[in-house]
Amino acid sequence: MHAPARPASGQRAFLATQFDRLGILIALLAAYGVAGNSFVSFRLNRIVPGQGVSLWASLPSGLSYAAIVVVASGCIVALVRSRPVVRAVAGIAVVACMFALVGLAGENLLSDGDELARVSPAAGFWLVGFAFSLLSVEGLSRMSLRPGVRVALLAAVTGTVLGALSFGVWDDLSIMNEYRSRSESFWSEAATHLQLAFGSMAAAVLVGVPLGLLCFRMPRAKTAILTVLNTVQTVPSMAMFGLMIAPLGWIALHVPGASALGIRGIGAAPAFIALFLYSLLPVVANTVAGLANVSATIRDAARGMGMTWLQKLLRIELPIAFPVILTGIRIVLVQNIGLVTIAALIGGGGFGTFVFQGIGQMAMDLVLLGAVPTVALAFGTAVVLDAVIDASSVPTEQRADT
Amino acid sequence: MSWITNLVRVAVLALLVLFLVWPELFEPMFAPLTRNGAPAIYTRQSLFTLAWHHLAIVAAATLAAGIVAVGMAILVTREAGAELLPFARSVVNIGQTFPPVAVLALAVPVFGFGTWPTLIALFLYALLPIFENTLTALTTLPRDVIEAARGAGMSGFQKLMQIELPLSVPLILAGVRIAVVISLATATIGSTVAASTLGEVIIAGLLSNNTAFVLQGGLVVAVMAVLLHDALMLMERRLARSIDNQTD
Amino acid sequence: MIEIENVSKRYDGRLVVDDVSLVIEPHKIVTIVGMSGSGKTTLLRMINRLVQRDSGCIRLDGTDNELIPGHLLRRSIGYAIQGDGLFPHRSVAENIATVPRLLGWDKQRIHARVTELLALFQLDPAVYAERFPHQLSGGQRQRVGVARALAAGPNVLLMDEPFGALDPIIRSKARDDLLAIHRAIGTTIVMVTHDMDEAVTLGDRIAVMDAGRLLQYASPAEIMANPANPFVETLVGSSERPFRMLSFGCVADIVEPGEAEGAPISLDASLRDALAELLWSGRSAIPVHDDNGMIVGQAKLKTVLNRAAKPV
Repeated sequence: MHAPARPASGQRAFLATQFDRLGILIALLAAYGVAGNSFVSFRLNRIVPGQGVSLWASLPSGLSYAAIVVVASGCIVALVRSRPVVRAVAGIAVVACMFALVGLAGENLLSDGDELARVSPAAGFWLVGFAFSLLSVEGLSRMSLRPGVRVALLAAVTGTVLGALSFGVWDDLSIMNEYRSRSESFWSEAATHLQLAFGSMAAAVLVGVPLGLLCFRMPRAKTAILTVLNTVQTVPSMAMFGLMIAPLGWIALHVPGASALGIRGIGAAPAFIALFLYSLLPVVANTVAGLANVSATIRDAARGMGMTWLQKLLRIELPIAFPVILTGIRIVLVQNIGLVTIAALIGGGGFGTFVFQGIGQMAMDLVLLGAVPTVALAFGTAVVLDAVIDASSVPTEQRADT
Repeated sequence: MSWITNLVRVAVLALLVLFLVWPELFEPMFAPLTRNGAPAIYTRQSLFTLAWHHLAIVAAATLAAGIVAVGMAILVTREAGAELLPFARSVVNIGQTFPPVAVLALAVPVFGFGTWPTLIALFLYALLPIFENTLTALTTLPRDVIEAARGAGMSGFQKLMQIELPLSVPLILAGVRIAVVISLATATIGSTVAASTLGEVIIAGLLSNNTAFVLQGGLVVAVMAVLLHDALMLMERRLARSIDNQTD
Repeated sequence: MIEIENVSKRYDGRLVVDDVSLVIEPHKIVTIVGMSGSGKTTLLRMINRLVQRDSGCIRLDGTDNELIPGHLLRRSIGYAIQGDGLFPHRSVAENIATVPRLLGWDKQRIHARVTELLALFQLDPAVYAERFPHQLSGGQRQRVGVARALAAGPNVLLMDEPFGALDPIIRSKARDDLLAIHRAIGTTIVMVTHDMDEAVTLGDRIAVMDAGRLLQYASPAEIMANPANPFVETLVGSSERPFRMLSFGCVADIVEPGEAEGAPISLDASLRDALAELLWSGRSAIPVHDDNGMIVGQAKLKTVLNRAAKPV
């Protein structure tokens, strides 16, 4: 079925083979980021408003030319229709260069011994970084990497970032000033954040999987339980955290031994319980969905082979349901890592402490100190769990060639 | 779908409106939750106004996300945009890993305090469910119907507007429903960066240790979410049924 | 030996199996045939107690099957079902090892048994042992399903429409394979099917069921010759009857001395095949060869036709 090629569509096809449409967007974003925006912002001290500094003003001339060359070649790779692996590598390389350059800009702009002045990344940096992150995401998503490779790549990036941190590449940026003045509390808040996010997930799995089993066996219980859990999801997280304060405070006062266990009206305990309640729905719902995946024939075969109820559950039903349950756990973890930040409002700790302190003091670098690790943690968790889910999924669709 | 459920729905809606317009009526219910004679009802700003702003922000963000997400889903299911499918999926998925608080806080330097950061965060969160649902709808349409549309001589655009989108509406609406429920809860966080939403009431409660405020803020949002969820669900069922009837 | 005595089963007051009695001799293949809803599957599932009977008695080699805990009973009885029911998360070897593992066999013994069974079912162990069910064709999956049912060397194999999911060509091959394996190991087989052809081809005896009742239990020839009632007669299909009669006789039964022209046929071939060959080539007699290819005599068209007539 060949339609006669009209000149217009022929021309369009020609343009499409010449330029990548997403590449045009990336190049425009990058050009606007470099030419129309400041690369970093400079402040005489932490409080005063910042002044934008362009790319060439913030770097020695040799380096700024190099930066232009890097961004320009990145744009060329984006614009021509290149192979996914080339696009991924180019995207990652440009983003890495931008991060290195922003560190160098800090070093370049600050005079030695000036303890007060601050340099932080500005819109230009973020735009170029965003544009080439898009390029690397596009390349990577088209490469459809195997789960192991994805985790290895994540590990490599994490290793590089940690290495750069220990070499002090970003030591002259304002966010690191904020870090240095609270390095101890940073790590203790990090530990709290992880404990709350992962601990509440673990509790939700311990309770949610058996609850899911119950729902699966008793359809009536299922309707009731899922309705309650769905309603729990509609309560805003801030209110949920707040509502835990009063009952837990009462328990701490009136139940002997409760306060010795660390149960208090404010702090980590109410946050933990609120997160646990939010986590139940995805775990229960996915356990039910996973078990429903096990076909009647397979159950019948398991029973016909002489498996007991428990053997059938542990050896057949749960293993087959596992990837779906794991998907629920992934949803819970990513959601919890984000929600923990809100726990800071009731003194629950975690990275949210810095975010809210930063908002209160109008200190955006302090906000970044809380937000960047949170995003990185959520993103890393998503990548790792997606890889595990992919690796553990057994294709159930059967080939038709009989 | 008995008359009892409908009665409950109307009663809950009436209670909600009454509470928003005349909260003082309910003071005795909230009073036991306060201490040291603190006020039981939030009065610094009318609850009705806050609820109105709250709904308006959610509606605006969902509408914008709906247009973008449906547009993207249409684009990547056309032949010309198919190569962008994995990319669009990844971007929307990655967007979801950004915690709402982080998005809000990071949007402040660019857009300032107020409504805009909240709108942007809600927009980002509403994208994924609507995009995924539209994508599922457009890729799982019955093949014979699409073939019939082509066979009848429809152009690509006619096929999209007259066949594909109308058939996809129930699933798209389901995505909108999920997005609305998430957005209603998330919008409260906007008040930490000075957006005018019901989160204001909750934050006031947290700051002054007043559980009554926390509860009324949380309750109003939760009840609105349950009612909207219900209403959208009814609409979906109606539409799905009318489509079934037409194709039968 | 399986003795089923006056067994009944009700679901919600509806009688699904109604006072059925039959005896299944060891080392035989018995096919239970009937339409859907006839109670044939329920009867089969009462043998390994996947379904609990309401009344009557089922004895396996003289022991009431209710004296053994259900799951232990089922480990001693092979069970193969339609659509194979292979566990998708386990490899072929692990699937076959299911019952031996439940019985606590040691690893070496399990490995040896799996290898032996794969070879018996013409699946190269080196190629197929570590594959997963979704990597197999329908026919291969079905064979693995039967191999799994036979893994612990049960005396009895229950099969519920085992070839139901296969297409016709694969199905007839699967039947031949099953007969060959039955000859090799001699397990008693009870098979449920709705396909009369299958029942006739495979069964030493056929149990015909309808509406929960056992209508007739007899050899294929007997059922063809004397259907117990009009229902069995329709099931047998009157126009098909002569050809079915022929399909369970073989050339060896009628071979006689003499010479004939043209391509020969094997002693093991069915009379139906012999008839088809005779009619197609327009001959009145066909030479017969044995397993070694030696001509041992001839089969005459007239003799074959006589065998298609109603036995007296």
